[in-house]
Amino acid sequence: MKLHVDWTACDGRGVCTELLEEVLVEDDWGFPVARDGQRSPTVPPPLEAAARQAVDRCPMLALKLRSR
Amino acid sequence: MTSVAEAPVARVERRLLDGELGLDAHLARHGRLPVLDGSQIIGMARDAGLTGRGGAGFPVWRKLSAVAAGGGAAVVVANGAEGEPASKKDRALLAYQPNLVLDGLQLVATATTAEGAHLYAPKAALPALRALLAARAAAGLDRRPVTLHAAPDAFVSGEESAVVSAINGRGAVPADKRIRVVQAGVGGAPTLVQNVETLAHLALIARYGAGWFLSAGTPDEPGTFLATISGAVRRPGVVEAGYGVPLGELIAAAGGATMHLQAVLIGGYHGGWVPADPALPVSRQTLQPYGASPGAGVIVALPAGACGLGETARITGYLAEQVAGQCGPCINGLPRMAATLADLAARRPRAGLAAEAERLARLVSGRGACHHPDGTARLVLSAMRIFEADVAAHLNGRCLAAEGQR
Amino acid sequence: MSDALWYFARGSGVVSIVLLTIVVVLGIGSRSGKPAFGLPRFAVSLLHRNAALLAVVLVAGHVISLLFDPYAQLRLFDIVLPFAGNYRPVWQGLGTLAFDLLVAIIVTSLLRHRLGARTWRVVHWLAYLCWPVALVHGLGTGSDNGTWWLWTISIACAVTVAAAVGWRLSTGFSRFPARAERRVAPRLRKELEEVR
Repeated sequence: MKLHVDWTACDGRGVCTELLEEVLVEDDWGFPVARDGQRSPTVPPPLEAAARQAVDRCPMLALKLRSR
Repeated sequence: MTSVAEAPVARVERRLLDGELGLDAHLARHGRLPVLDGSQIIGMARDAGLTGRGGAGFPVWRKLSAVAAGGGAAVVVANGAEGEPASKKDRALLAYQPNLVLDGLQLVATATTAEGAHLYAPKAALPALRALLAARAAAGLDRRPVTLHAAPDAFVSGEESAVVSAINGRGAVPADKRIRVVQAGVGGAPTLVQNVETLAHLALIARYGAGWFLSAGTPDEPGTFLATISGAVRRPGVVEAGYGVPLGELIAAAGGATMHLQAVLIGGYHGGWVPADPALPVSRQTLQPYGASPGAGVIVALPAGACGLGETARITGYLAEQVAGQCGPCINGLPRMAATLADLAARRPRAGLAAEAERLARLVSGRGACHHPDGTARLVLSAMRIFEADVAAHLNGRCLAAEGQR
Repeated sequence: MSDALWYFARGSGVVSIVLLTIVVVLGIGSRSGKPAFGLPRFAVSLLHRNAALLAVVLVAGHVISLLFDPYAQLRLFDIVLPFAGNYRPVWQGLGTLAFDLLVAIIVTSLLRHRLGARTWRVVHWLAYLCWPVALVHGLGTGSDNGTWWLWTISIACAVTVAAAVGWRLSTGFSRFPARAERRVAPRLRKELEEVR
């Protein structure tokens, strides 16, 4: 699965970077950065549940999981 | 495909910009469009290897196929917005050969079975286009009526999703790309947004064939492109040439350099700096090692004695002001990057200054709804590489360009 | 039996306002983006949601018990329509109003992914109306109004929310005070008239 960030919605509240710290880190301003450097970072299968929770908990609904 | 066993030519050559002004001259020279069906038009675009001339260089036939496959009422948009300050070619094309653009717009409308056709261009270009559309309607040329829209004069206003957003009445603001405009664009319909130059090329391909188109450019990157040449040249302006044209020939077509050149910015403010090597072919393939590409054909010649870092800092500052304002990494990262470049250019060195500029460039890349942060980062990274010696000098409080050493 | 209903209604009402206070404070805490109350951000957010769902259960108990209570004489439409009750209509009406707002906030939150962030956020702002209305309702109605312990609880709740709102409005609220505000550039909205 890939994690898509809608940057027009993201407010850098930092929930996803806590729930998915294996995939995301925070930049200088609190916005998520993909550790793998991809535009839509890859979510390995063991982290899919955490990714789903991040999508669900994002206060701005800025995250989407997609299969490719 | 071409049956002539000769290599295509990469040189200065007028195709789009050739011919007299006016509808009568256009019809006398090129005649009416041949009657083609959708699959023929898409096939010709594929055989010709026509790519988008707005900067991204995406194959036209694939975008056409995607919109045509969308089903239902598609919409086509000719994009003449030219927010890039160093680009003049779309305005020139709309002023001198607008009929080719309007022909091309009808062709893509046929290819995608579109019901709506729009032309989005700077406000100043619209009155003449409105008169021309009336004349073409009187001559029975356009099957589909064309709606004109004024593009705001802003850097990102020509970005594909910004164009769609503007026509939808929500401002020329780039959108998230999870749903692409070829799936749902103007009014939610599958939408084709194509640069005006691309449409003009298609109008010529429909008349003279893919083989003719392939006779210019390189085998991998066929056809001609419009270049806007500015900076230290005698006659700044718009020049047409085949892809792969040596940089020196393009500069010569603009009247030649006014003084010894230090470097050349290719691809515009989102492009990259390359050495001022007259033999360097201008094509995607040959510029790729420099992190540059022909983009929308913008060429800025930097004379010896001008500081490349200063020029890069100025452009980065401009790009930081031109953010759309939606995406956190861009609105925070670009001003910080511009400030870092400004410190470097003004020789206000501090520990890790050069590394900070590169870190910020990599940090913002790929983290926005559009490619504005990516393009700005590309410019900065190419400057750090090409002006490497000057970066080192600036960190020691000196400037090689000012000292006449470059 | 009827006394038991009345006692339950009063008790659940008081517990509800305490829970709603906690929900409001946790909501403000999760908005900050800072790890608040010694908890990570996502935990504050989850606790906010779970406390809200618990509060809904309590409020539902409060309302249902009153429906069967002979003193309150609550009719079914009094649950929805404020200020039409027989028993202290104004004070009871405030309760109905707070209940309606609470239902709107909860339903839009559960459907957040379908409604979109904007609609959800606009409705969620009603929490700042819902909570004080609920508090005043509790102070004015029932047989406990004027008792020292209800005033103590209410004042404690009010002070807690006021402190949280004060924190919300302070400059130290955001994690990144120097962060640029996201706002679409006005120049992109200009010159958009359709020409023909």
